[in-house]
Amino acid sequence: MSSVVTSLLVIVFVLFSLLTTASLLIWLERRLLALWQDRYGPNRVGPFGLGQVLADMIKIFFKEDWTPPFADRPVFVIAPTFIVITALMSFAVVPFSPSILVSDIDIGVLFFLAMSSLGVYSVALAGWASNNKYALLGALRASAQMLAYEVFMGLSLMGVVAITGSFSMQAIVKAQENIWFIVLQPIGFVIFMIAGIAETHRIPFDLPEAESELVAGFHSEYSGMKFGMFFVGEYIGITLISALLVTLFMGGWHGPFLPPVLWFFIKVFFFICGFILLRASLPRMRYDQLMAFGWKLMLPLSLLNLMATGAVILWSS
Amino acid sequence: MLRKMFDVLEGLYSHLRSMGLVLKHTFAKRVTVQYPEEKPPLAPRWRGRIVLTRDPDGEERCVGCYLCAVACPVDCISLQAAEREEDGRRYPEFFRINFSRCIFCGYCEEACPTYAIQLTPDFEMCEYNRQNLVYEKQDLLISGVGKYPGYNFYNVAGLATKGKPKGQHENEDAPVDVRSLLP
Ligand code: SF4
Ligand code: SF4
Repeated sequence: MSSVVTSLLVIVFVLFSLLTTASLLIWLERRLLALWQDRYGPNRVGPFGLGQVLADMIKIFFKEDWTPPFADRPVFVIAPTFIVITALMSFAVVPFSPSILVSDIDIGVLFFLAMSSLGVYSVALAGWASNNKYALLGALRASAQMLAYEVFMGLSLMGVVAITGSFSMQAIVKAQENIWFIVLQPIGFVIFMIAGIAETHRIPFDLPEAESELVAGFHSEYSGMKFGMFFVGEYIGITLISALLVTLFMGGWHGPFLPPVLWFFIKVFFFICGFILLRASLPRMRYDQLMAFGWKLMLPLSLLNLMATGAVILWSS
Repeated sequence: MLRKMFDVLEGLYSHLRSMGLVLKHTFAKRVTVQYPEEKPPLAPRWRGRIVLTRDPDGEERCVGCYLCAVACPVDCISLQAAEREEDGRRYPEFFRINFSRCIFCGYCEEACPTYAIQLTPDFEMCEYNRQNLVYEKQDLLISGVGKYPGYNFYNVAGLATKGKPKGQHENEDAPVDVRSLLP
């Protein structure tokens, strides 16, 4: 009985902290972008402009939620929920601390990979159901990009899995007690980070929604809270990738003095700021470059990394 | 192959470098002027809200010549000239500037022969209602001389005014007696 209550509490905690983070990220991103462009950003509403979060939320809830008459209505409505649901589901396997974890399943890493592949359906369906050529182009790009980057995202994680000998996230974190995997798997870390950025389609891999070419890409036709869902989904995606980078490569909740949850959040915050820094500094890639980069450079590199890791493990055992 | 690898590394370096440069801006001074608290410095000849001034004797300078209305490129000045009963001095019966159209070009000020119409360094004239941007004469007329303290058009215009016949004004000679033969 008490275990049911604790897991319910954990689920509520995770959901609550995630949705709060996602909405706070809107503010954080605007403030940080402003900081790096020598501006102030939203600083009027409430202390440090934090009230902006509330204002934005109220605004987006009251905007007209318009479905274009030419759209495929059921799919159009369902598509944005996918991205949020899959991103939230992935958090089920992320260990926040030794005890705060929704479910420590044995195939945690695989579960995350499966969920992130499902996430592409959201984008593809949104683009398809919009019945708009820009949206479709965006969806097409998203699918191709996801296919390409999904492959070596999985491969880059296999090094970590091979060292730990388990797919369970908690086991992976525990294996990093003495040395973080970023030291043992630097290439895997870099590849996973790049794939993760592509997975959340953030700059410099934001081709599916490239404003300058495709209006807004796959969500051109969306408005109101449906657009808000894509927005929230993107921010939860950023948090997810940051959380996974922390869990898989940066020692998870390990850290001296402070409680584990706090360490986890500090590290995640660091990576989120990194994501925003990327957006502040890098231009968007060209589509063919993106594909060539994925298939011709990252894939062989991750395979090499995996082979080298395997060889070293065999050698030392 | 080597060349390719070199290219990749160079690209990596350039990306990291630009990220570092952007990160350095964390400590740069912000350029935003926090407007309502921090007022931007305005030049003395800033072209802002328009006023109608008075001459040093406290009379309205405007003589209702319509030159400003003609000069205005967006036709936002509207006025009606009238003559005063006692001395025939001209003045505008009404004078209306529609600031929602005014582009603050300053042509009216240039055209005015009496320095009556002047632009001032004030741009804070927002309104919730567009109609409130139409300023009438009582909104425009100030009780000072504006940018030209000593100037009085009637003193130099060569016209007879009340109490001062022709030739009695500043820097003015007595009028030539056209009936006399001597210069
Ligand atoms: S400043 Fe220009 S636009 Fe404005 S009233 Fe004068 S002439 Fe017209
Ligand atoms: S403001 Fe100047 S230009 Fe305009 S009517 Fe009056 S005297 Fe003439």
